[in-house]
Order: sequence, then structure tokens, then C-alpha cells
Amino acid sequence: MSSLIQGPSFSSEPDARGHFGPFGGRFVPETLVPALDELSRRYEEARTDPEFIAEFDRHLQEYVGRPTPLTFAENLTNELGGAKIYLKREDLCHTGAHKINNTIGQILLARKMGKPRIIAETGAGQHGVATATVCAKFGFQCCVYMGAEDVKRQRLNVFRMQLLGAEVRPVESGTKTLKDATNEALRDWVTNVADTHYIIGSVVGPHPYPAMVRDFQSVIGRETRAQMIERTGRLPDVVLACVGGGSNAMGMFHPFVSDESVRLIGVEAAGDGIGTARHAATLSLGRPGVLHGSLTYLLQDAHGQIAEAHSVSAGLDYPGVGPEHASLKDRGRAEYAAVDDQEALDALQWVSRREGILPALETAHAFAELRKLAPTMSPDQTIVVCFSGRGDKDVEAVAERLGGMHV
Amino acid sequence: MSRLQACFEALKSRNEAALVVFVTAGDPFPGETWKVLKTIADAGADVIELGIPFSDPLADGPVIQASSMRALEAGVTPPSVIDDVRIAREAGVTVPIVLMGSWNPVMQFGMTEFANAAAAAGADATILTDLSPDEADEWKAASNVAGLDTIFLLAPTSTQVRMDKVKPFAGGFIYCVSRTGITGMHDNATIGVSELVSTIRTNIPGVPVCVGFGISQPDHVRAVSAVADGAVVGSRIVQQLHETRDLDVLAETVATLKAATKR
Repeated sequence: MSSLIQGPSFSSEPDARGHFGPFGGRFVPETLVPALDELSRRYEEARTDPEFIAEFDRHLQEYVGRPTPLTFAENLTNELGGAKIYLKREDLCHTGAHKINNTIGQILLARKMGKPRIIAETGAGQHGVATATVCAKFGFQCCVYMGAEDVKRQRLNVFRMQLLGAEVRPVESGTKTLKDATNEALRDWVTNVADTHYIIGSVVGPHPYPAMVRDFQSVIGRETRAQMIERTGRLPDVVLACVGGGSNAMGMFHPFVSDESVRLIGVEAAGDGIGTARHAATLSLGRPGVLHGSLTYLLQDAHGQIAEAHSVSAGLDYPGVGPEHASLKDRGRAEYAAVDDQEALDALQWVSRREGILPALETAHAFAELRKLAPTMSPDQTIVVCFSGRGDKDVEAVAERLGGMHV
Repeated sequence: MSRLQACFEALKSRNEAALVVFVTAGDPFPGETWKVLKTIADAGADVIELGIPFSDPLADGPVIQASSMRALEAGVTPPSVIDDVRIAREAGVTVPIVLMGSWNPVMQFGMTEFANAAAAAGADATILTDLSPDEADEWKAASNVAGLDTIFLLAPTSTQVRMDKVKPFAGGFIYCVSRTGITGMHDNATIGVSELVSTIRTNIPGVPVCVGFGISQPDHVRAVSAVADGAVVGSRIVQQLHETRDLDVLAETVATLKAATKR
């Protein structure tokens, strides 16, 4: 079920130059344009090449552990007393999050292009771990850029990357978070483009990344769609996913975009709250601009300087968002909500205690929205939550926020 | 004839290359950028690139990133940079002034408004390092109406396809990036430049080619001047100005670099 080739019912976006309506495109220094052209060409070949697709599928199955289960969340459903709740268990992917679906795809492309060195940016560390993992497996040199602030917040993942043989470079410039790690990775790429492939971890960046990462991640939505039809005999009423850059959400949404009966809801991080200056609710509160190579919604000041994002979750702490989300929002095809740090922390504990599954702080944002939404729906309706990652990496940060361990 | 065209023709008749000097607006003297520009022009620079600081530049190395951050903290904005140009013109700076920066601040200003305001203040051209011709149709049109030249970059990675793409968009001069990478000071800045410049000249005849990224020493300028129409010095000037805050030192450096452009 995990062919990369999109059927005729799927949206034909983006256009040949990577535009999703007015969004997306390619805003990069000229030095990088030929590398992006080559990547586009190689990806176009790969996505219709049966051998490439077969190898991608084989690694997803044998190495990542796909298809991931669809779990009926009986306790959450009973407690909220509304729609039936299903969880798409990306936390059970090898390395503990959906990120590896994309890194498997891109490492196979890097091998086709003959580039021996891989760079990546990471926020929460999940994409860095997923990149370090495939570099170890496929024999690539790996360098991961990570904001110095995030290095502190996600120490466990830093050590995991190092164990996997990657070099982690803390980034001290700017706000020392994901945005600055992405700047540094792009600067590295401009410098070392001849022998280096940049594995971007989300549906952001210059064309072809937003479309390519979406396609590699859309295995999530394709499996979910088939599993829901098999289990319930029909499509879900709501699909719910957290949105930072938006890769798990885009991978989940994409196969449902032409199913007009399915509500697609993305959940952003409201940090201290929507009414404060400290949040990461880019789609809810930002306006269009250009960052990291594409035109999309951004948090920025009146003069176009990028604003600092804030979230308890390092993976959502980003002032931009994938351009296809911007397009889905403006077309009214997807809705975007925002929940704050406290709601996410509450939801993390709630899901852990009720279902015995510890979600990542990123994922917990989707559950905070679920708590508001499910009771407004009827028991004959269904919601699927993309359980994008497990929360082991967040235990320390959460313990700190909750005032330590209770023994 | 545009100010840039006239500048390169005059240089040609004197058998000199252009010395192009980059500084960030507002760093280190917010509100007195005109003094810096006047010093640079009076010391012999042929073209000035005035940097519009951006919070997240992709093409800049550590020196110019840090300079941009200082300028932003000092309150520099795109409107204040345009004011700097106007004040410099009033103070008698007559060399071409090129505004250099990233696309987002221009986009947020409003591209037509920005082109008109920059031209009215006395700017001659723009270099927007993350705006390649692929996304520049509207910007090119707005610049043409305003009378601003659009300067685009070509790099060692640029293929025939890219040169063909840049050709109809190129105005003022071509900014030839000396090496793959970001701005900054490098020892081997001029290796392979000769070949790249001649390829660009063959593909895009009639447009001057200036070489930048990594050019910091008179020897670099001399080597570039032998093969190209101009040499761009940025990081070294920015760093020295930040460290010394001394316009006399700036003038001396510019004069030394300018001497190296004489063939």
C-alpha cells in the first residue's frame, strides 16, 4: 500500500516550480539552485521507479516496522463520551517517531546521487536521531545542527545521535533553536554542496523538499485510510495532528485531501498563550513571508525580521510552517487550532495515565485539542489522532515543569 | 545611462577595475551611516553596497551575521536604510549605491513601494541574495518601472541553464560568487575565478562582472582586477570598522584596496 505514486484523485500540487497556490517556491542563494534542480530531477525519477519504491517499502517494513498499528483508544473514548478515538501509532516506528519515514526516503536518494556526506537540522532531536540512524545503516558521514538551547532541552537525543556515530554541532547564533539550526545547515550546504546532501526534516524549505517530504510521510495517511476503512467500514470524520513544520500532519492529511467529508485539523503550539507574545502559532497568528527558502506563513515583525517562537515542545518551536499547510489553510481545506504549554502538559499526563502510552510533547498538543473536540461529536463518529512520537525524550523536561518526581 | 553603467565605462577608459565596498547600514554608527559612506567614497571606492540587515540571512558568514544582529538591535529597518541613502546623497556621495539584503524585508515593505522609495532616495540597484530569477518576475518589473538595476548572482556551481536564466534579468553588473559558500575572509578566494568570469562573459556579454565572497586582501583585489570588472570587499571592512570604529582607518584600508584595482 505504500507506493509513492499518487493516484489521479490526489491534488496535483505543487506546480513544476514548487508553488502551492501563492506559497512555496524556491528562495535560495544561486549557489544552491543547481543542487535543488538535481534533487528535483532525481526525486521525479525515483517516485515513479518501481525499484526505488520497492526498496523504500522494504526498509519501511523490515527496518522501521511498518505498517504501524491503528489503536482504538477505548479509555479516552469512554471518558470523553463523544466520537470514537483511534490512534495512528507512529510512536512505534523505529527511533520512536514518524521522522524516520522521510530519512529512509532521502538517504536512498542521497545514495543515488552519490553524495557521501549528510547534514540535517533538528529541534527536538527526533529528526536528528532518525537521520543519524539511517546514516549509520547506509554508511554515510553525518553532521546534525541543533540550536544550543535545544541541546540543553533534549540531552538524551544528543547522546543518542552521538552513539549512532553522528557529529552534533550546537548552534549559538540567533535564538539558538530550530530556526537557527536550519540557517546553519543551509549555510553548510551552500559551502559543501558538491559532496553533501541536506536531509530536511519537515515539509519546509525550498522546492522540492515540501513535496518530497510530504510524499515520503504520506505512508502515514495511506495506511490510516486503509486501516480505518477495514476497521470501521468507512472514512474517519476527523483527522487530527500536531503542526510545527508540519510533516506528520502533512503525511497524515495528504491522502485525505480529496475526501471532502474528512475534517483535517492541525494543532499548533500556543506556548504561553495566543494572547501573549510567546507562542509558535504560525498559521493562526502569522502572515506570509519568506524564510528558509519558501514563501509561507511566518512569525515576524512589521519589517520582516523573523520573530522568536516559543513552545514547551522543541519540535514545535519554529516561526515558519510548511507552505502546503499555508495553502490548505487559505483554501479552507484544513483547519488549524492552537493549544498552550499547560494544556499540552496536562494532555501528556492524561494520555499516559488513561491509555498507558507516553506521547511526545509535540503529540500531546494534538491530544489537548482532542479533549475539546471529541465531546462535541457523536459516538457514531470517529477521530484519528496521529500519534507522531513517543515521549521518552521529554521525561526530563516534563519532570522539571511539573516540579520534579514524586516518590 | 545609469550611474552604474557610467561608472564601469569610466573605469574601463582608465584601465581600472571597480572597488566595490560593502558595509551594513547602521553598524557601527546608527543614524550616521552617511559618514561611513562618504568616507568610503572619498577614499576611492567606485561602488558601495549597503547591507539591509536581516535576522536570518542564508548567504552570510559569521562577520556579517554579527554585524546584522548589531544593526537590528540598534533599530535599523528598511525605511531607515533608505533614509541613509537619501542623507548620503545630500552629503555629496555620488558613487553608485547598491542595496543588498534578503527578500523578506523587501516583500514586507511592499515590493513596488520599496523599489520606488529606494530609487527616489538615490539608490541605483539591489542585490537580494535569496531571490533568484526563478522567483523574480514581479520584482524585475517593479525595479524596471522605478529605474533600479537588478543585480543577480552566479556561482561556481552555475550551469549553462542557470546562466541562460540569469541573462535576461541581469542589470548593473553580475555578482560572481568566487567560491561555493557564504561571505567571509578566505585565503584561496581567487582560485578558479578567471575561468568562471570568462564563462559568464561569454554567456552574458556586455554586463560587467564583479567578484565577491572571500576577497579581503590587496593581493586578492589585484588578482580579481586582472580578470574581472570589479572586486567586492565586505567582511574585512565590516570587521575592521566594528573593531576600530575609526573612519581614518577605514579610509586608509579602502585607499589601499583601491590602489590594487589599477591594472
